[in-house]
Amino acid sequence: MLSYALRRVLWMVPTLFGITLMCFLLLRMAGNDPILAQFQNPMHHQQISQEAIAQMRRLYDLDKPWYVQYGRLVTRLVTLDLGTCWQNGRPIAQVIGEALPITLLLSLVSMLLAYCVSIPLGVYSAVRQHSVSDRVLTVALFVLYSLPGFWLGTMFIVFLASGKFVVCPWLPDGACFPLQGWHAFEGFERMNAGAKFRDVTWHLVLPVVTLTYPAFAALSRYMRGGMLETLRQDFVRTARAKGLSERTVIFGHALRNSLIPIVTLIGLELPELISGSVIVESIFGVRGMGLVALEAIRMPDYPLVITIVAFAALMTMLGVLLSDLLYAWVDPRIKLAQEGP
Amino acid sequence: MSDVANLPETYLRMVSREYMRHRLHRLSLHAIMSLALLALVADFVACDRPILLSFRGTLYLLPNLVDPPALRAYDNQRLADEMNPSDWAVFPPVPWGYNSHDLEAVLAPPSAQHWLGTDSGGRDVLARVVHGSRVSLAVGVLSVAVLVSIGMFIGSIAAYFGGVLDLLLMRFLEIVHAVPTILVLVTMLALIMPTGWHSVVAMMVVIGLVRWTDVARLVRGEILRIRTMPYVEAARALGAGHARILLRHILPNALAPVLVAATFAMASAILLEGALSFLGFGIPEDMASWGGMLNDVRGHTGAWWLAVFPGAAIFFTVTVYNLAGEGLRDAIDPRLRA
Repeated sequence: MLSYALRRVLWMVPTLFGITLMCFLLLRMAGNDPILAQFQNPMHHQQISQEAIAQMRRLYDLDKPWYVQYGRLVTRLVTLDLGTCWQNGRPIAQVIGEALPITLLLSLVSMLLAYCVSIPLGVYSAVRQHSVSDRVLTVALFVLYSLPGFWLGTMFIVFLASGKFVVCPWLPDGACFPLQGWHAFEGFERMNAGAKFRDVTWHLVLPVVTLTYPAFAALSRYMRGGMLETLRQDFVRTARAKGLSERTVIFGHALRNSLIPIVTLIGLELPELISGSVIVESIFGVRGMGLVALEAIRMPDYPLVITIVAFAALMTMLGVLLSDLLYAWVDPRIKLAQEGP
Repeated sequence: MSDVANLPETYLRMVSREYMRHRLHRLSLHAIMSLALLALVADFVACDRPILLSFRGTLYLLPNLVDPPALRAYDNQRLADEMNPSDWAVFPPVPWGYNSHDLEAVLAPPSAQHWLGTDSGGRDVLARVVHGSRVSLAVGVLSVAVLVSIGMFIGSIAAYFGGVLDLLLMRFLEIVHAVPTILVLVTMLALIMPTGWHSVVAMMVVIGLVRWTDVARLVRGEILRIRTMPYVEAARALGAGHARILLRHILPNALAPVLVAATFAMASAILLEGALSFLGFGIPEDMASWGGMLNDVRGHTGAWWLAVFPGAAIFFTVTVYNLAGEGLRDAIDPRLRA
């Protein structure tokens, strides 16, 4: 197990280089001069001299060939000397340090919720295969699976948070949910811990729901499929034949085995959550990594963008690693069968 | 499956019979065809020019398509006002163009004049929803074509030649798979700053470049299975070259699962286009894109019609493609059923 884990971790290093290189090249392909892009952007009406542009290009190594640029980027990332933003000169580490916890909070809560709901739901649906409730659930999950998150979020904003259609008169401005942000804009600092918790919870209900339901729909479908598969196997028949109660058969024998594929999906859901959080944070104005990245792209603030992209790639890799390790941990057959990379 | 694959007609008939057995799958196929038809005839459904017009002694054929210079200053409303009793016209059912601004009705709720209301530029929502089907279909079809080509190429080469090449390509695949899609796509589109139909092309290339990994993995698996079959060995014994074996004998038998993957990829590409346009980085505003229309809600949270209709269009389209994908998967191999 240990050597397998070690091999996987070591393999991450070249992969990470590959990902950052890939992202770097993709962005280079799209446009090799972010400085010009910044000052040609119609949103900026600044005039800037050719010398100033040349000076900025020198400052950010943009006059060097791409491999030198990439080398500098990697050096910055490896030494954690992330540099400063173009826009306001704030250290990038500080900007990310503020935004990351919020995104992590959102993602972890929604991951936890998705698992807590979808495992029992999947089991219930599989145990009662072909019943009316199973059919209704299957259709509902399929529909949820195709529902665009950015649409659901927008509908939430319009119908629940705008205070124009569904009204909660007992709340200060009549809207059932807040329109923007992850905490109250005024007076948040002065609240005590309990009030802060309630305030953040109230603000995060809609974003978390919007972020959770795709994972929830996918996981429930997997869980149902896995459970059905397990229930067909011989050891379940044996367990039933030796007279165990249906309860013991399902929760003692079948559930544990059908959990294997589900557990490993944790890692594969992570990239989905990263993509999802970009959209959700943009809709609900929650200043996490996604929203910061979008703002940086809009400017465009090139160093900040590439750092965040590299960061997201790192998270994705960690997710894949996590799911590989979990897989090997819960299913001993894997590490025996797998020839190392 | 492979033993009937030698008789393509029979296999095709078997799959289509299996597919058509379920009402929902049938309906989804009809919905997909209707959407394609709508995209094709969008100019006849919603346009700010008539389809046929006799105006001041001149007969205009299809002014909705050819945009005759003499009519540049006219739209349906002005024509209707200035027509003499002897003039006549066949107006499209939705007499608004997807980019014509009715400044007397900005952010108007649904009414007899604008059936689904108007957006913040006074543009008819129904006309834009109709024309949006073009953008989503174009982005979907083109990006799926790109990603299937790349995926099949890399997957088949990796599987057929195996060894170090396979190892390297699979590591490369792992890397591309871990690229944070939305962030990279948004950044690329922001740097390209495409306009008009260029944005569709940019989007298709950009989506295709990062989304081919699933198809490649699938094709690789299929080919690894097929490669060892006796008939491939027979072809090799007869002296067929790599290209001939791969293209004539192996790939055709790996196509069915690719078709399933392509159908699902279609749904996810349409979803992705919607998300990118929604974030404001995809299709520019002067073209009609469902995701871009949803973006307009941000400043106008009271305009529920702006949120409901374009979103429902995306939802419907994605659902029917997913349904068709499931139907196809079940029809091709009932064992794959989840």
